[in-house]
Amino acid sequence: MWMLGPIGFTAPLLLLGLLALPILWILLRAVPPAPIRRRFPGVALLLGLADDETQTDRTPWWLLLIRMLAAAAIIIGFAGPVLNPQVEDTGSGPLLVVVDGTWADAPDWARRQDRIAVLMEEAGRAGRTVALIQRTELPAGPLEFLSADRVATEVAGIEPNPWEPDPEAQAAWIEGLGDARFDTVWLSDGLERETRAPMLEALEARGRVRVIEGGRPVQALAPVLYEDGEVLLNVRRAVTAGDAELTLDAIGRDPAGTERVLARTEMTIPAGADGAETALSLPPELRNRITRFQIAGLRSAAAVSLTDDSLKRREVALIAGRDDREGLELLSPVHYLRQALAPTADLLDGGLMDILPANPDAIVLADVARLAPLEQDALLEWIDEGGLLVRFAGPRLAASDVSRDELDPLMPVRLREGGRSIGGAMSWGEPRTLRPFTEGSPFFGLTIPDEVTVSSQVMAQPDPALGERVIAALADGTPLVTRRPIGAGQVVLFHVTANAEWSTLPLSGLFVEMLERLAVSTRPSMPTIDDLTGTTWSADHVLDGFGDLHDAETLPGVSGERLAERRFGREMPPGLYTDGERSLALNVLAEDDALVPASWPARIPVEGMSIVRETRLAGPILAVALMLLALDLLASLWLSGRLRGGRGVFAGMLALALLLPSAPPAMAQDADAEGADDALAIAATGEVVLAHVITGDPQLDKLADAGLRGLSEGLFNRTSVEPAEPMAVNLETDELAFFPFLYWPVSENQPIPTAEAYARLNRYLRSGGMILFDTRDADIGGYGGSTPTGRKLQQLAAPLDIPPLEPIPQDHVLTRTFYLLQDFPGRYASRDVWVESAPEDAELADGMPFRNLNDNVTPVVIGGNDWASAWAVDRSGAPLYPVGRGFAGERQRELALRFGVNLIMHVLTGNYKSDQVHVPALLDRLGQ
Amino acid sequence: MSEAQPHQGSPHLRSRAEGLAAALPPLLAQAEHLASTVLLGEHGRRRAGMGDEFWQYRHIAPGDEAREIDWRRSAKSDVHFIRQKEWQAAQSVVIWVDGSQSMRFSGDRNRPAKADRARLLALALSVLLVRGGERVGLSNIGAPPRSGQLQLVRIAEALTESLSDEDYGTPETPGLPSHARAVFISDFMGDMAGVEAALAKAADRDVRGALFQILDPVEEAFPFDGRTIFQSMGGTLEHETLKAGDLKQRYLERLAERKDRLEQLSRVSGWLYGCHHTGDSAQAALLWLYGALERAR
Repeated sequence: MWMLGPIGFTAPLLLLGLLALPILWILLRAVPPAPIRRRFPGVALLLGLADDETQTDRTPWWLLLIRMLAAAAIIIGFAGPVLNPQVEDTGSGPLLVVVDGTWADAPDWARRQDRIAVLMEEAGRAGRTVALIQRTELPAGPLEFLSADRVATEVAGIEPNPWEPDPEAQAAWIEGLGDARFDTVWLSDGLERETRAPMLEALEARGRVRVIEGGRPVQALAPVLYEDGEVLLNVRRAVTAGDAELTLDAIGRDPAGTERVLARTEMTIPAGADGAETALSLPPELRNRITRFQIAGLRSAAAVSLTDDSLKRREVALIAGRDDREGLELLSPVHYLRQALAPTADLLDGGLMDILPANPDAIVLADVARLAPLEQDALLEWIDEGGLLVRFAGPRLAASDVSRDELDPLMPVRLREGGRSIGGAMSWGEPRTLRPFTEGSPFFGLTIPDEVTVSSQVMAQPDPALGERVIAALADGTPLVTRRPIGAGQVVLFHVTANAEWSTLPLSGLFVEMLERLAVSTRPSMPTIDDLTGTTWSADHVLDGFGDLHDAETLPGVSGERLAERRFGREMPPGLYTDGERSLALNVLAEDDALVPASWPARIPVEGMSIVRETRLAGPILAVALMLLALDLLASLWLSGRLRGGRGVFAGMLALALLLPSAPPAMAQDADAEGADDALAIAATGEVVLAHVITGDPQLDKLADAGLRGLSEGLFNRTSVEPAEPMAVNLETDELAFFPFLYWPVSENQPIPTAEAYARLNRYLRSGGMILFDTRDADIGGYGGSTPTGRKLQQLAAPLDIPPLEPIPQDHVLTRTFYLLQDFPGRYASRDVWVESAPEDAELADGMPFRNLNDNVTPVVIGGNDWASAWAVDRSGAPLYPVGRGFAGERQRELALRFGVNLIMHVLTGNYKSDQVHVPALLDRLGQ
Repeated sequence: MSEAQPHQGSPHLRSRAEGLAAALPPLLAQAEHLASTVLLGEHGRRRAGMGDEFWQYRHIAPGDEAREIDWRRSAKSDVHFIRQKEWQAAQSVVIWVDGSQSMRFSGDRNRPAKADRARLLALALSVLLVRGGERVGLSNIGAPPRSGQLQLVRIAEALTESLSDEDYGTPETPGLPSHARAVFISDFMGDMAGVEAALAKAADRDVRGALFQILDPVEEAFPFDGRTIFQSMGGTLEHETLKAGDLKQRYLERLAERKDRLEQLSRVSGWLYGCHHTGDSAQAALLWLYGALERAR
């Protein structure tokens, strides 16, 4: 290759041809254009007319220049010019491309993919076979080297993972390499980790290793901490570089349920520092809403820090049965509770009726025996909605008759008269210790300190249901803590006092842990392995390598021990894990993790990430040459006077077409479209066909199709309407007039149709067509603009010619076109279905059950009941989606189908059933 | 025709005859059609004379024969009336159509050649004149002018004959009757001497008429450019130029000069000069020709 600045030539000798250009110039200059012979009677008048003296018989200079340029371009083009040629020696033999593929790669992932693509290209040119591996996802089988073209197609498909390379998997992979020989290019994410050295060693033993590193400095957000009423945000980075300005977003759901940035703070990492910390002070209400913190603009799993219970502060109300005696703090029934809960919960004080409207997370009743009926009802209602009531026994409870003869609604078990005292001065035996917690108890896995003893307790009445309500027991088997669910909430009774009078439990750390397991309090920071032993957690949301949150529906549960290890992988990606009421955020970075930049041995060449793609210029230059030749053709034609008349125009067009090489083949497409139109028309008009609008969301379109298939089957089985397979209608291209009925599911992100499509839609509506708009959100909002799809519907329907609407009146013809219906449920059973409003002057005649309503088919029916889901069946006719529960759900599905039948009947027969002729029969059937 | 000119009696005779017959009816029909747009009725001489049509009644005057008295009219009054008839004298018209090669020219595929237009106009004019009761002859045939439908067929036959080999035509008027009318239809691109001679000869015999020049729009516009060799239609004349565009002005001047000359010639000899372009409607040309013959009378 011969270089000229940034341009290299693969065949530089051809450039010698440029020397011939001057000769060509002289030759071309001397040859005038060939004359045209014309028959022309007027020649008799021309005889004797001489040409101007100045007119030479030589080619004009500018035409020569065009031709010279064209010739030069051809010569240069064939000399193979390449911009920024890659001249490094690429070696030979198989090439292994290793990419770390961790979260640290994610911000620069596109560049890494480009770089890999360049490597593939180089390898392809050198004829080397290539393998591509990702260290976070090492292939199980032996290394397979394939052709570079083949591997290049996979590059676009690989994605970074939010976890680190697994040392065991790596060891196994190295083992599986055997004694293969290959060169390696390693795209490193720039972080030091334990797995790097063995990998490097293994690769170096098999060939040359080249490292490509670079891109932006790796930044990561450590788990947020909550201290002294402030949220501490800690950003770390791997490379100490200059000042870095960062924006941190706190993201959560606003009161309307929309996810948005709730708070934002700026921070600066000073030059030379490897991290920085900032504090964010937020009101509790706002803080409890935050689901994650994020470094704005950085797409990486480590730039996201999910929050869990540690940031949430539960509101706990403490209510004691007797007034605190002044000075005797340690004897106060709630003293130890206060001590245990104050660091991690917001405590509420006050009367029960004052506290309940604040809807606390938990209410603790310490030795409260009986509540006023009003309070009891309110409390019950609160528990029913998910409240947690924790009761402690005490002298008062023991002395009362609460829950003795029959179960008190606010008690988990029945109690025996009196209490029992063990190991006191007046009794036998030693104070009892606790029995280890059984599996299934929320306390399972907690270690019981030896010093915890119980000297007095209230006794539970033996009862068939007692066994399952006991969640902690004494060594002799008597219940210590019992629990009973009420509605969505539960009531828990500690059979001892909340102070140290009856037991030493409140003095031990176990007390705090038990409260935490009950979700009365929340843990202050990452739980240790002991805290998690015996629990099973399921992933709620997980992070991908780019830091995007996804639902984790199919992931299996993870044991607490595994969580504590924090060894992320495919089965346990970072994310938010829950166990009942408790939640635990596993972030990519642990609190004490530091980011260390990787340091490579001097023998390893390290290259930057930046790539200069080589560009082959031969194509464009030859194209320019062709265009110049076409221009020359035009100019020559013009010069010789042949660019006139029909043929001249044709030649000109041809030359222009050569100048613009990419003219679309419009004619063929038109012909195709015509054929397709005919086929559609025949298919749509041969039989009755239900149709739905293509929304662009493939899943929704499939649902609509399945729904209409179900409805078609229902019609086929029950009525004389026998529709064919439903069709999908593209509003932009398809003719609508063939379809009596269009189902239009509204999705948030479907495109707004063009003006032409709206014109067609309006024509369709005016000529008797019907559109059923379905916002499919009746479960979360009534009809209106309050939901996203509702707003979208407003946008979609604004240009449509829709008459005034009203909620479907009781005597609308839709209620009796086939079935007698009053409800129009789909998957959801909302009453909000809107149709064209009745005329003002519609009156109820005497003795008639229905008004004499408008004569038309309503052009639109609007609702949000997600009818398609209720109608949807698969190919074998089985319902696709669940509707409601049990028999009631099946009934609802049946009603949905009946609504569909009525709707299609209404579309096809119009106001037929509104006809007064049918009134006697209808009256008879209505039983009036 | 790629072969040499076929001889009489050769196998080509039949195909030639058929070709001739094929062209004849359309030409005649076309001409009839064109003529029907002009002709509204047989025209008289607008004065009393020999004829069939009633012209006027007039009082008897000395010298009138008694048998001329229209007794039915005279019986209605006290005076005697004579019934006069319109003078209907037939006029002889000789038409010369240029049959030279230059008439073969057409500047556009969709435009008829000049010869086609000339033939059509000549025949349509003949149809008109025959219907008007005149005698018409084609100087190309040489036969004297006659009237009647048969003469029309003869004229049509003569017009559909192939063109001569000459490049430019000269008006030939053998046996031109005195006091007749003549129409010369040509492009008048050739030598003017022949035209002048023919006009002089006609003037000697008190023949008046019209010079009708038929040109192609291309000949008026001269839309040529670049290096060009111009050839006459027969190929006898040739002119080469390197830049045809430059010649345009001078060519147009010469053309205007030629038209002036024709105009002047016709004025001097009492003829009329008209120019027609094949791009225009033939009907207008026919109207002009007809009007010219009327005026020349």
